Amino acid sequence: MISFSQVRKSYRGGHEALAELSFSIEAGELVFITGRSGAGKSTLLKLIPAIERPTSGTVLVNGQNTGSMRRPAIPYLRRNLGLIFQDQKLLYDRSVFDNVMLPLAFTGYAHKEAARRARAALDKVGLLPREKANPITLSGGEQQRLCIARAVVNRPSILLADEPTASLDSDSAAEVMEMFRSFNQVGVTVLIATHDEALIELLNPRVLALAHGRLET
Amino acid sequence: MNAWLRQHWQTCMLTLARLAGSPFATLLNVTVIGVALALPLGGYMLLQNMGSVTRQATGNPQVSLFLAPEAGKSDIAALETRLKQLPGVRAVRFISREQALAGLKRSENMAEVVAALQSNPLPDAFVVEAGGSAAELERLEPELKALPKVAHVQLDSAWLKRLETLVALGRTAVLILTVLLAFGLVAVTFNTIRLQILTQKDEIILSKLIGATDAFIRRPFYYLGLMQGILGALAALGMVYVCMLILNMSILELAQLYGSDFRLGFFGFADCLTLVTFAATLGWIGAYLSVSRHLADIEPR
Repeated sequence: MISFSQVRKSYRGGHEALAELSFSIEAGELVFITGRSGAGKSTLLKLIPAIERPTSGTVLVNGQNTGSMRRPAIPYLRRNLGLIFQDQKLLYDRSVFDNVMLPLAFTGYAHKEAARRARAALDKVGLLPREKANPITLSGGEQQRLCIARAVVNRPSILLADEPTASLDSDSAAEVMEMFRSFNQVGVTVLIATHDEALIELLNPRVLALAHGRLET
Repeated sequence: MNAWLRQHWQTCMLTLARLAGSPFATLLNVTVIGVALALPLGGYMLLQNMGSVTRQATGNPQVSLFLAPEAGKSDIAALETRLKQLPGVRAVRFISREQALAGLKRSENMAEVVAALQSNPLPDAFVVEAGGSAAELERLEPELKALPKVAHVQLDSAWLKRLETLVALGRTAVLILTVLLAFGLVAVTFNTIRLQILTQKDEIILSKLIGATDAFIRRPFYYLGLMQGILGALAALGMVYVCMLILNMSILELAQLYGSDFRLGFFGFADCLTLVTFAATLGWIGAYLSVSRHLADIEPR
């Protein structure tokens, strides 16, 4: 489903984020990417939706080479992915409900069907009673759950999360992780970048440990 | 409803909601565009009215032909038939020197002067009415001059020609003003859209990240430019209409003094539609330029 082969990514100025990275992830896997800050976790995740392009090597997602993908094709790749960003990227000028509606706006659903899907996603993360609230009034854990609802509303086959528990207390973090596990159990491939060792013990997933842009063995 | 239409409809509604959501900013933008459009529009309205006045006045342009003193009865008769055969001539009226003198005697100031005259110094004359415009009459002039026994040809429509030229000059001025202010309108829209893009920067970045196409991201801004243009055009029509009503109050008084029922007329539906389309196009162009220039800068990293 996702396969990296000989992937190298260096930024302008010579900083090498990833070096000769090769691995592959099968459909339905739950994988953690660990490592210190700057180990290349975020870069790895950004290569999958073509937010970044590899300097060399190939990144295959569902058989498509995202490194050489033409710009107009990228939106369609991204619609098949659920992205949870390190900085959340919630919109505070609209309600919780409208935040979840955003990914449905350009996929062509009729308003009624879109609203139904959005409510279903909010229900899954336990935020349906707060649908009219502004995201700014939510707690840290609730905000992160809102990000998850927005990521899964299009029913993606792959979920990518960058440090989803970074700013959460341990109870909220465990809650969020439990959610990822439940999505994984219904067949969604889940990739989570984190440096939270406690969570890894909790879920006992496959771990890709990064150090200096390489896999640790 | 198919998905493409639905997206356009949703964008349209979203744009209207956005405009209504910040009424003060919308009002300011629409006023700026409205004033910019109202200036040439008002000028155009005045010109259109002046044009109709000239057309009315030039309905029957006249030319006076003064005959040489030695012209006899047979010459006059021959001349009359020739004049009636000329193309563009509608009516020919003969005024004999006696008739002219009698006419002069009737006018108060001239009676004494005429009485003092020992002989009649006035020539026989023809008044020729032409069907076309003042310019057409002018083309006829050399032909009339070349006729035998014609001493002098006097165009009564010279002042009308001056008015026509003045109206033409006015048209050029309004055209220049229109072009300049059209650039202004594009610039205003360009800037509004730039600010709107900056305001929505987070939303744009997020939309790109979760799979919105460029067309989808651009569309609301095109609509915004388009609608601002339309609202501005409607504002301009309103402003010019109110100005016309105010002017008509004064014109009515003036016209009554001259025994005329002249008043300024407003644009027809077709003209209004043209203006709205014109402004909408300019708004769209402004939005297009702004979006092309500024959206590329917003790329998620």
